[in-house]
Amino acid sequence: MAKITFITSSNEKITVAATEGSVMELAVNNNVQGIDGDCGGVCSCATCHVFVAPEDVDKVGVASEIETDMLELADDANEYSRLCCQIPVTDAIDNVVFTVAK
Amino acid sequence: MCTSKDICVIIGASHAGVNTAFNLRKEKWLGKIILIDADPELPYHRPPLSKTYLTANTSTTNLLKPIESYKKDNITLLLGKKVTRLDAVNRCLFLDNETKIDYTKLVLATGAKPIIPTIEGLKETASYFCLRTAADIVAIKESYNASKTKKVVIIGGGYIGLETAASLKKIGAEVVVLERESRILKRVATAVISDFFRDLHTQNGVQILENKEVSKVENTLENGVKVTKVHCTDASYFTAEVLIVGVGVIPNTELAKQAGLKLKNGISVANTGETSNLNIYAVGDCAYHYNLHYKTYVRLESVQNAVDQSKIIAANICGNPLIYNTIPWFWSDQYNVKLQIVGLAENYTDYIVREEQDKENVISVWYFNNDELLAVNAINHTKAYVFGTKFIKESKKIAKEKLADTSIPLSKDIAVVN
Ligand SMILES: Cc1cc2nc3c(=O)[nH]c(=O)nc-3n(C[C@H](O)[C@H](O)[C@H](O)COP(=O)(O)OP(=O)(O)OC[C@H]3O[C@@H](n4cnc5c(N)ncnc54)[C@H](O)[C@@H]3O)c2cc1C
Ligand code: FES
Repeated sequence: MAKITFITSSNEKITVAATEGSVMELAVNNNVQGIDGDCGGVCSCATCHVFVAPEDVDKVGVASEIETDMLELADDANEYSRLCCQIPVTDAIDNVVFTVAK
Repeated sequence: MCTSKDICVIIGASHAGVNTAFNLRKEKWLGKIILIDADPELPYHRPPLSKTYLTANTSTTNLLKPIESYKKDNITLLLGKKVTRLDAVNRCLFLDNETKIDYTKLVLATGAKPIIPTIEGLKETASYFCLRTAADIVAIKESYNASKTKKVVIIGGGYIGLETAASLKKIGAEVVVLERESRILKRVATAVISDFFRDLHTQNGVQILENKEVSKVENTLENGVKVTKVHCTDASYFTAEVLIVGVGVIPNTELAKQAGLKLKNGISVANTGETSNLNIYAVGDCAYHYNLHYKTYVRLESVQNAVDQSKIIAANICGNPLIYNTIPWFWSDQYNVKLQIVGLAENYTDYIVREEQDKENVISVWYFNNDELLAVNAINHTKAYVFGTKFIKESKKIAKEKLADTSIPLSKDIAVVN
């Protein structure tokens, strides 16, 4: 079970837990504003852009090549950017904080 | 602009309708929102149906929104209810059980339905399936699981038919795709793309047969198994236990017609989403609209179009004038190949194909109208898709000789500084 916190652009803090699926699915299922997941999680829409808290980067891991390329579509992407449909929910990301991109 | 007494009724609760409902709340629609769909399932994503859903060992669809979201945003969902009659004069509609519902504003998000070709014997064949709804895919899965020979014939080689072929192959089917045209994907892509996907399928053991027009189907027995014999005009025939028809869709315009709305390959809408009736809007697969960038009328069948249009019409319904002005994009996943498309490759004068050096199956096709980049089809090449998107949006001119030279890696430098 991983407990994950989302911070939305209106500064709402949502902490939820799950054992499976992707971080995008977790966000959509819990109504996290700003994560639309339009492509259903196949790394094709970039509507699931989040910033990983700097201290959590090691836990979350790095983006794949496709993901890095897709992130170029987002104007506000930076070194902490991830498309969260590409992040599986596992114990490894327990207590991680994601800030939803605008 | 709107009051709590207003009622916005949305017909169709799929990508377009659901997003419209939630966007209406974002735009501060104060009144009621009623979202109606004939499909009894909680609204789901369609793209995975022909991809992961077909191969997955589960009967749960990917929901567009969890049920709590509808409650939270006070959106009334009427599922499993078909709207059969629309009275635009008295601003009301009727469900199949004759329940009457009034509206202040109406949104037609009725999408499209599969075309059933007129093939002799098809309608009498109990075991043919379409590829549009979760129920269709469940039925295909069930029929496939029950089949003894695992023989599947798919009529139509478009994206969805090919995705289905790939998915069924993955779970062990013997698949034949019959395409009437001289090549698969003819309507939507250039020959390079068709060739690529034909080879991909062939390598994976799916039989792709082109120039095959199906003329007749019949139910018969073969080695004690009930099969469907699929005959083609060239006297060849194929047997199948599962027959799938994926030859395209037509927009659902019956209600729009009843309301006397202007129609043309779909429901004609202005750039605001407004139909020829002031109080009725149309969105998504059913909407025939003008693309400002390409200066042409189109009806698009894509998630991007449904989702982006829904934002525009929600804003306009709430009195915030916005116009629809986007570059279309689309994706398709088959086997482990990812196709990403941006732009409209209509009326191109030339195209450039890049096959990246030292990388297998990393290909992009760049379509031009003389100097103008129109569209990019990218196979396993997200970088090309992303650059293509940016260049088209910014109307950048491309140094074609650089683009064609694969010894030069793809980078921003292929755009000529304007
Ligand atoms: C198998 C499959 C795979 C796809 N893959 C991709 C892909 O990879 N990428 C992509 O971009 N797009 C893909 N698409 C296309 C995409 O799903 C559609 O463009 C999108 O669903 C359009 O949304 P829509 O809301 O406009 O229409 P639809 O999804 O067609 O929804 C219309 C809804 O209206 C309802 N309705 C119609 N008339 C009535 C009535 N009278 N009363 C009540 N309800 C009514 C229908 O039941 C339906 O649920 C795929 C589609 C399918 C079927
Ligand atoms: S959900 Fe589309 S890229 Fe993540």
